[in-house]
Amino acid sequence: MSEAIERPAGGAPPAWEYASAPESTDVVRLEDRYGLFIGGEFVEPKSGRWFPTISPSTEETLAEVAEADAADVARAVDAARDAAPAWQGLAPAERAKYVFRIARQLQERAREFAVLETMNGGKPIKESRDVDVPLAAAHFFYYAGWADKLEYAFPGRGTPKPVGVAGQIIPWNFPLLMAAWKLAPALAAGNTAVLKPAETTPLTALLLGQVMQEADLPPGVVNIITGAGETGAALVDASVDKIAFTGSTEVGKAIRRATAGSGKRLTLELGGKAANIVFEDAPLDQAVEGVINGIFFNQGHVCCAGSRLLVQEPVFDVLLAKLKDRLQTLRVGDPLDKNTDVGAINSKAQLDKIEELVASGVEEGAEIYQPECDLPERGFWFRPTLFTGVSQSHRIAREEIFGPVLSILTFRTPEEAVEKANNTPYGLSAGIWTEKGSRILHMAQRLRAGVVWANTFNRFDPTSPFGGYKESGFGREGGLHGLEPYLTFDGADR
Amino acid sequence: MSDRLEVRRTAKLYIGGTFPRSESGRSYEVTAHDGRPLAQVSQASRKDLREAVVAARGAFTAWSGATAYLRGQILYRVAEMMEGRRAQFEAELADTGADDPARGVSVSIDRWVWYAGWADKLAQVVGATNPVAGPYFNFTLPEPTGVVGIVAPGDQSLLGLVSRLAPAIVSGNTAVVIASERSPLPAVSLAEVLATSDVPSGVVNILTGITVELVPWLASHMDVNGIDVTGVPDDLLADTEYAAAENVKRVHRAPRADPFDEAAQSPYEITAFTELKTVWHPMGA
Repeated sequence: MSEAIERPAGGAPPAWEYASAPESTDVVRLEDRYGLFIGGEFVEPKSGRWFPTISPSTEETLAEVAEADAADVARAVDAARDAAPAWQGLAPAERAKYVFRIARQLQERAREFAVLETMNGGKPIKESRDVDVPLAAAHFFYYAGWADKLEYAFPGRGTPKPVGVAGQIIPWNFPLLMAAWKLAPALAAGNTAVLKPAETTPLTALLLGQVMQEADLPPGVVNIITGAGETGAALVDASVDKIAFTGSTEVGKAIRRATAGSGKRLTLELGGKAANIVFEDAPLDQAVEGVINGIFFNQGHVCCAGSRLLVQEPVFDVLLAKLKDRLQTLRVGDPLDKNTDVGAINSKAQLDKIEELVASGVEEGAEIYQPECDLPERGFWFRPTLFTGVSQSHRIAREEIFGPVLSILTFRTPEEAVEKANNTPYGLSAGIWTEKGSRILHMAQRLRAGVVWANTFNRFDPTSPFGGYKESGFGREGGLHGLEPYLTFDGADR
Repeated sequence: MSDRLEVRRTAKLYIGGTFPRSESGRSYEVTAHDGRPLAQVSQASRKDLREAVVAARGAFTAWSGATAYLRGQILYRVAEMMEGRRAQFEAELADTGADDPARGVSVSIDRWVWYAGWADKLAQVVGATNPVAGPYFNFTLPEPTGVVGIVAPGDQSLLGLVSRLAPAIVSGNTAVVIASERSPLPAVSLAEVLATSDVPSGVVNILTGITVELVPWLASHMDVNGIDVTGVPDDLLADTEYAAAENVKRVHRAPRADPFDEAAQSPYEITAFTELKTVWHPMGA
């Protein structure tokens, strides 16, 4: 571990190529058009408007989906409101069994969900297959068991009651998983919901609507409406009792302003600019894997991505060489190929944003490194990218890029690492790599972030609370703490 | 009765452990419930508020890093110091027209004791170890949010303030308080108690002044992480929440419970201004 690796920057490409191993799409039966899922049925939008949803890796249209306007949103909220009394009145053990059913049905149709997620969102099939879909099912399974145990979750706080109707707005980076994060605790706590998936990735959420039907979930308990920002804004303004939002900090602030004085409950899971901190005594080969996973998992479309690498000076050269070496072996391309590590950028708009920020990095004087790799001709792609010579004032060190771009900075002492790591308005996650246990706990205590991964990164679990400090939002999802946003207690506002 | 002339107190601000007048040179008159003039009180300005935030931020690292046992003892010490000054507090509450000043002081003191005891128990009640599906040790702990602005209720000028302040600082937050505008004198006396209770300088900063003048600056301040809006007038609440959006402040309002009731004290008033941190580490030989 102590020997420096002598390798030229940008080392030679691998001497052999992987044969393609495409996942079959036969398991997915797409319809031409998907209506809004309201009151247990797929219905035509009152707006009369439809929009295409594409595959970002081929730019082919997969289907048309309905665009919900304010009238459609109101219809969905009414359906959720109408369904609330019976759903809340159901014996909690029965409510639990419905949610268990959803988990089981997701497991049953896992392959179909994984393939569709990859087709619609561009993420590698091995991620949607091994991470997104199993975790989504696990979230429903975990929260199902809470439905009839709520009184044990918050001792001394009074009798828990559901908040009412939850409006839930989710992003395009983990479409199905975010739907599960939102719906599972809401349903277990006895709420009904109106869910709006992102406009670029509506299909797995709509497929989830079919799962709700198959589970015989009472109509109106879950409603799924599609559309872009205007639809989301209409949902925020609608007569819901609670808004749960995952997305950009900018939109999160707009939602906070829009709900000011309304009395609506609010949880926000927003952006991040996480520091992944590598000390000189770290197990470097493991750290390299963690750093690579931290920023290139899901093309870096991850709010908790380790987008700022802080390296202790003595190991900077050797770590950089290892990172460049590893970058060269990442397989970028067809997300349906089971060997692919880095898939397609989710949309043209996101690709433009990444390109603009990367250009600013070059413009501001940082040094860029990208491996040689062939990119498909159609679709939206961006090479895995490293920046060295980054200063804290550079935009690429301050702004969330939400793409496969790593900014590398150095530090000398643990205090300097803490200072640099915390020097951001965000506070979602952080990583620590060192073999020294006392240093892990010292750093974990001082990093102002909601999730700290030590000698690992980007791990998620339904039992593990997730959420941010500072401008990364408030409220937690996961664990018993994730129930809190969906409960009131004895009429008190707490 | 001797001829000795009484030494009157000047009611001043409390910022960073010192008692300055407002930098603006302004003061306003405070009267008793029956109209008797009681004192001239400093009328804090936007700049005073900013100074208070700087002091609170400066005190945060040490206070949040202190052991829970120490924070608990210091809050208990506040109760001890209040007990020794209860005649003064009772007189001030009587001037505000309180029904039962002695009870108001007693419950305020007991509230400090109650929250003092939470310092080293909160993490055990609201923290967790999480049985994740993999070879990891995973735990969740509450941590203080940071600098918390507290708009104290206009009535219940002592108990209302203590009921908001004690849960905010026991977890390690530091506070900038806007005292009751109409009855600020108990808050001024509380500042003098805090200054002699081993509460480190800057952990609590207390401003007296005009509520509607100060709240917008507190709500929009980019280095304030949370705001307790219990004392914000209803017609100012929407604007306050709007301004709080810019740095995603946590906004909390006390439940509508009689502050004399035990239901008014809760560990969930502490967690209103805590963050949950979850730490993962692999397990393996």
